[in-house]
Amino acid sequence: MILSVRDLRVSFRTHDGPVRAIDGVSFDLGESEILGVVGESGSGKTVSLLAVMGLITDPNATIEGSIRYKGRELVGLPPRELRRLRGNEIAMIFQDPMTALTPVYMIGWQIAEQIRAHRGVSKSKAMERVEQLLAEVNFPNPHEAMSRYPHQLSGGMRQRAVIAMALSCDPALLVADEPTTALDVTVQAGILDLVRKLRAKHKSAVVFITHDMGVVSELADRVMVMYAGRVVERGTRTELFSDPRHPYTRALLGSIPPLTGQKPRRLPAIPGSPPSLLRLPQGCAFGPRCPVHYEPCEASKPGLGSGAHAAACFRVAQA
Amino acid sequence: MIYAILRRFGQMLFVMFGISVIVFLIFFATPGADPAARIAGRNASSEVLAAVRHSFGFDQPLYVQYTRMMEKIFVTGDLTSFVNRGWKVVPAVMDSIPVTLSLVFGAAVLWVMVSIIIGIVAAATRDSWLDKLLMALGLLGISMPVYWLGEVMNLITQSRYHDSWAFSWVPPLGYKNFSDDPKGWFLTLVIPWITLAILYIGIYGRVLRAAIIESMQEDYIRTARAKGLSEARILFRHALRTSLIAFVTLFGLDFGALVGGSALLTEVVFGLHGIGKLTYDALQNLDLPMIMATVMYASMFVVIANAVVDFIYILLDPRLRAS
Repeated sequence: MILSVRDLRVSFRTHDGPVRAIDGVSFDLGESEILGVVGESGSGKTVSLLAVMGLITDPNATIEGSIRYKGRELVGLPPRELRRLRGNEIAMIFQDPMTALTPVYMIGWQIAEQIRAHRGVSKSKAMERVEQLLAEVNFPNPHEAMSRYPHQLSGGMRQRAVIAMALSCDPALLVADEPTTALDVTVQAGILDLVRKLRAKHKSAVVFITHDMGVVSELADRVMVMYAGRVVERGTRTELFSDPRHPYTRALLGSIPPLTGQKPRRLPAIPGSPPSLLRLPQGCAFGPRCPVHYEPCEASKPGLGSGAHAAACFRVAQA
Repeated sequence: MIYAILRRFGQMLFVMFGISVIVFLIFFATPGADPAARIAGRNASSEVLAAVRHSFGFDQPLYVQYTRMMEKIFVTGDLTSFVNRGWKVVPAVMDSIPVTLSLVFGAAVLWVMVSIIIGIVAAATRDSWLDKLLMALGLLGISMPVYWLGEVMNLITQSRYHDSWAFSWVPPLGYKNFSDDPKGWFLTLVIPWITLAILYIGIYGRVLRAAIIESMQEDYIRTARAKGLSEARILFRHALRTSLIAFVTLFGLDFGALVGGSALLTEVVFGLHGIGKLTYDALQNLDLPMIMATVMYASMFVVIANAVVDFIYILLDPRLRAS
């Protein structure tokens, strides 16, 4: 097991009271496995992975629970130790390649900086490695690209550079936070291909955060669906797509236009909007928008259960 | 690159030309004024008046007058005001330049160094007591008028505590040439440097702190953290570099203005006969040629400082290099 998260809770102190952004999230990640984390904005998918990276720097945040990386507890680890893992064994790819790179340094320098932060290699050795990495992420002219500044590259190329940077120290765990959201569809396909290919080559486990069910269906081995800071359903990709159990998962899948058969005149949408984390209902957070909502949903929050394919829903437990 | 520098140089010349024309028109083409009488000096004889009128071309069209004026400033350098007393303008300006440059340059070195340290320390210890203390001191520095602070400094170092061990080294007010007496030059300028720098240390320290804190919110800082870099490296290599842009902008404007004469109050308080004092006296006496010359000089420095700032921008930010 590369990563094992148990009962993770992240809350932020705000002027309007505490906000529980993550409320008891647990998941496991095996070696070279791809886990898709799906959910809409504010569902806590990014925050939970930032917590894994130790990148929640907000002084008003408290993190509880357990995050074990290769058996080692990360919650409460001193910053120095955490820094040694970050970028070295656990790397991250961010959503917007336009702003993820420091604008005033060349691509090659920025990647070499990470290599040199973790490996005691000479500058020229690091640069050699950079050239190799850029070739690996399909830069047509890696040597020339090294001396480019971020603003001189297209969005897709920048994201490739960010991926090359993330892979520079052969991480065992790669966290990708919506890496294709800000890109054109054709570029997206290329990046997804690249992630798949690199996973095979580097044997990294990948957590892929997205709100795009299509991306999940192409890439993920296992899927975790999040809503209002909690996991509402988890299972393998096949299980989730052929037998979605939670009404929210079903609604998400229902909002993808079918490729075959008759197209609906209007795509079904989920009524209402996600609840404010400040005023979560006492019962199921999806309750107010749920088509199969009944009394037990009002009283308490449904648990996820322990099965490999599980959904946090009273209706499912009942059936 | 060379082309860009040449183009910038051309722009500088153009701006200076524009300034010279405007200043010339204001002082020499105002209806009802008689520049010849002003330049000739008080109680000048009618022969002197006629000579002035002829030599400055006041009996000819404006463009001839303008050309004559520029010729007297830049080519022959024999511009004279109060002709009957034989006041040469160009040497007076040349004598004042080193005084002002020494004052402003030394103060600038001081304020840039100290404010960078303050800005970094305050940003790094954001919201701590140290940050709050530094920012309060900065505000204090900004609020103290330079003439008041200068007088207090003089009171302490020249009279009250002059005989104490702390300030017995302070020489009397005035300027000593660097080439004659480097030690005296330095010692006479220390107190003026500190006085002039305090205001700017306050401003620049606060500006830099704000800019660094803003940079620290950027996405690329999060990337830098995800790379596993140390906080110090993130601050110095990734946040500071982009924060210096606002700092440099401000510096170019302030430095140009100060060298061009805005250090007047400091110069007066410390008895330094610099460009500010010269311009002030010229305005008091409506000494037109002197005004013309000092304004030309000031505009030259403002324009040069701005050009230097543009070059530093290009060094700091590669995004500006393309165009």
